[in-house]
Amino acid sequence: MEVDVMKKIPVREQDAKERATNFEEVCLGYNADEAMAEASRCINCKNAQCVKGCPVNIDIPGFISKVKDGDFKEAYDVISKSSALPAVCGRVCPQESQCEGKCIRGIKGEPISIGKLERFVADWATENGIKPAVDAPSNGKKVAVIGSGPAGLTCAGDLAKMGYDVTIYEALHQPGGVLVYGIPEFRLPKEKVVAKEIENVKSLGVKIETNVIVGKSITIDELIEEEGFDAVFIGSGAGLPKFMGIKGETANGVFSANEYLTRSNLMKAFDSKSTTPIKVGKKVAVVGGGNVAMDAARTALRLGSEVHIIYRRSEEELPARVEEVHHAKEEGIIFDLLTNPVEIIEDENGWVSGIKCIRMELGEPDASGRRRPVEVKGSEFVIDVDTVIMSLGTSPNPLISSTTKGLEINNHKCIIATEDTGATSKEGVYAGGDAVTGAATVILAMGAGKAAAKGIDEYLQSK
Amino acid sequence: MYKIIKARELAANIYEMVVEAPFVARKCLPGQFLIVRSYADSERIPLTICDYDREAGTVTLVFQIVGASTKEMSNLKLGDSFCDVVGPLGNASELTELSDEELKAKKILFVAGGVGAAPVYPQVKYLRERGCNVDVIVGSKTKDMLILEKEMEAVAGNLYVTTDDGSYGRSGMVTKVIEDLVAEGKQYDVCVAIGPMIMMKFVAKLTKTLGIPTIVSMNPVMVDGTGMCGACRIIVGDEVKFACVDGPEFDGHLVDFDGAMKRAAAYKTEEGRKMLELTEGDTHHGGCGNCN
Ligand SMILES: Cc1cc2nc3c(=O)[nH]c(=O)nc-3n(C[C@H](O)[C@H](O)[C@H](O)COP(=O)(O)OP(=O)(O)OC[C@H]3O[C@@H](n4cnc5c(N)ncnc54)[C@H](O)[C@@H]3O)c2cc1C
Ligand SMILES: Cc1cc2nc3c(=O)[nH]c(=O)nc-3n(C[C@H](O)[C@H](O)[C@H](O)COP(=O)(O)OP(=O)(O)OC[C@H]3O[C@@H](n4cnc5c(N)ncnc54)[C@H](O)[C@@H]3O)c2cc1C
Ligand code: SF4
Ligand code: SF4
Ligand code: FES
Repeated sequence: MEVDVMKKIPVREQDAKERATNFEEVCLGYNADEAMAEASRCINCKNAQCVKGCPVNIDIPGFISKVKDGDFKEAYDVISKSSALPAVCGRVCPQESQCEGKCIRGIKGEPISIGKLERFVADWATENGIKPAVDAPSNGKKVAVIGSGPAGLTCAGDLAKMGYDVTIYEALHQPGGVLVYGIPEFRLPKEKVVAKEIENVKSLGVKIETNVIVGKSITIDELIEEEGFDAVFIGSGAGLPKFMGIKGETANGVFSANEYLTRSNLMKAFDSKSTTPIKVGKKVAVVGGGNVAMDAARTALRLGSEVHIIYRRSEEELPARVEEVHHAKEEGIIFDLLTNPVEIIEDENGWVSGIKCIRMELGEPDASGRRRPVEVKGSEFVIDVDTVIMSLGTSPNPLISSTTKGLEINNHKCIIATEDTGATSKEGVYAGGDAVTGAATVILAMGAGKAAAKGIDEYLQSK
Repeated sequence: MYKIIKARELAANIYEMVVEAPFVARKCLPGQFLIVRSYADSERIPLTICDYDREAGTVTLVFQIVGASTKEMSNLKLGDSFCDVVGPLGNASELTELSDEELKAKKILFVAGGVGAAPVYPQVKYLRERGCNVDVIVGSKTKDMLILEKEMEAVAGNLYVTTDDGSYGRSGMVTKVIEDLVAEGKQYDVCVAIGPMIMMKFVAKLTKTLGIPTIVSMNPVMVDGTGMCGACRIIVGDEVKFACVDGPEFDGHLVDFDGAMKRAAAYKTEEGRKMLELTEGDTHHGGCGNCN
């Protein structure tokens, strides 16, 4: 295979027209030849910058050099030392601002496709039935993990590898957190990828109890005092959706992105065999510009709707990953930028019949350094839509913070925890992921789960 | 797990089931609910916890067939198991937080409509056990649809039964009974109304004029029940509240019932279509105007 060292080996994707009508994965990934060719571009830096960009510090040159040699099993072992969910991260990490953003090759040409290589190795391992190795003998100590998203799974996996007896308690009927209920099938296949990686965590000896809501079914104090857990990790995420508070927001046909995506992903409403209904609008407005907004928009598109993304800043400020915006555009999503909703219009039966918006222009930079959007007076106009999906961000729900004595939260309702160990204000209780940072990324949640596993281990060793 | 150890039909299309769910049974309090799924591909259905036995680790559910999922649930038999049961969810009734002295000093009126009798029952039982003075009004459309009369009689202070069509007990809506009781000189510190939204709306309207603080239990459409989706949002006062984590009980004088009823109808046509497919199976070939 010919390699231009300045350029990435292109990755095969489903054709945009075709994929806009199905829920199959968009990106098809590298095959072995393509992976080895891409790996050959890596110059195996001594002081590898890419590793510093990865929140879980995967030995990137280490695994890539194994890929180059065609030794995929070894490559998988290298990755497994640092990450419990490589097939997930290879797909959804914002690599452009993390590992790949720091890659030395990126200075003059294109960085190495680290994410796509990681994905290749993880998928290869699954196809060949290879599981992460367990080594540590049991140390007889029990740790409870709340939530089975990336933070919880990583913390649990790491602790199990150190010999702890770990039980994950999950509120929903299926483990995986946002990986199963939020991120759609076409970006992250549930059976093929997520379920397999959860199986791998279980094969390390981690027990997963679904249908247990900590704070309601059982409290943290009870886990420690009655169930005999020596430490607890909270990885309960940030699921509570925000709304704008504008007129008409309770009309029928207005959803939070989480509701829309949960119906489609967790409850499989996109499948006609599912009993869960989902509204297939003719014309859908998605309000917001993050990854979640892109996912909701592309889901609605696949269900057969015309979809508009309404975002109050310009394209440059879109918080979603560049790759996702690019895919969304290719598939035919319409971007109404510098536009902000002011009212949702209802018909006589209480259903959405339109969304009234106002044009915005960019003014002075605000605290985040981005130019603040300001309304253009008198520029209101109506887009006639029958469905509105609000994707304005989420915050942690109060179930745990309101039922745990001595657990401090900040004024965004996030649990306060130290970054390097995950320790909270309550002894023996650790936290990490979206529950601490507010909505962030899979890999940051995993990094936090990892740090907390280390923190918990140090705490229990010294006890 | 989640085995059904008792199942009976209380009235036409209304079922009672006792289910093994130790995690729920050991902590639940009156006013809370749980979520069940019949099979691995079923919807998540919220149901009020109608009774519980902490020692046996069981909870009692009462549900009415209104759509495809409740129909599917009704086909489960003694010895079958639910695929999932999660709870207790929501907040316990505020009244459970009062001390025995405070409760003894109170006179409470419960108003139950239809299947609402089921969630009212454990609250009445609980409050009476703690020495509170409780009158209960139970209303149903007709005599045949009346449920849990004997059980209620055993626990309530005074029980007033009424049917809309006068086929049993008093005649007329529950609001009429409230008016009659107040006219007779009865006084109540609190009213708790649980039943169809339309009933709660009119009870709240009446008790507002009578000056009786009123608690209602809201049952909007829910998906997760854990404060993650926002489907269950209702307007209380001027605020958006999530019934699953902020409720399900709210101040009846502040709830926007009209908005809540409008939202409850959201899935009517889509669900109706699913129901037809289920009952008619392969013989359903559309023509109802709902299929596309
Ligand atoms: C639609 C969508 C798309 C996204 N796309 C990307 C992307 O492309 N790349 C990326 O890096 N990030 C993305 N993210 C963000 C990323 O998914 C999250 O930052 C990450 O999942 C957070 O992990 P977590 O483990 O902290 O929490 P979560 O994944 O939210 O998991 C928390 C779990 O805890 C459970 N739980 C909550 N409360 C309780 C309780 N009281 N008791 C028991 N269990 C409880 C929840 O049910 C849930 O399963 C996306 C998010 C969404 C919603
Ligand atoms: C906190 C809570 C407690 C509840 N407790 C009980 C209970 O103890 N016993 C009981 O029988 N039911 C109870 N319900 C209502 C029950 O959850 C619904 O009847 C059920 O989800 C309907 O499912 P379905 O698929 O069979 O009907 P669907 O096919 O979804 O609906 C059929 C019809 O009912 C309407 N509907 C759907 N969901 C609701 C709802 N939540 N409230 C009112 N109308 C609805 C629809 O608009 C439609 O017209 C409770 C709901 C909540 C939120
Ligand atoms: S886990 Fe994410 S950040 Fe780390 S190497 Fe893989 S893709 Fe890059
Ligand atoms: S910085 Fe780029 S070239 Fe260097 S080791 Fe990392 S991936 Fe390879
Ligand atoms: S049911 Fe989803 S937030 Fe209440």
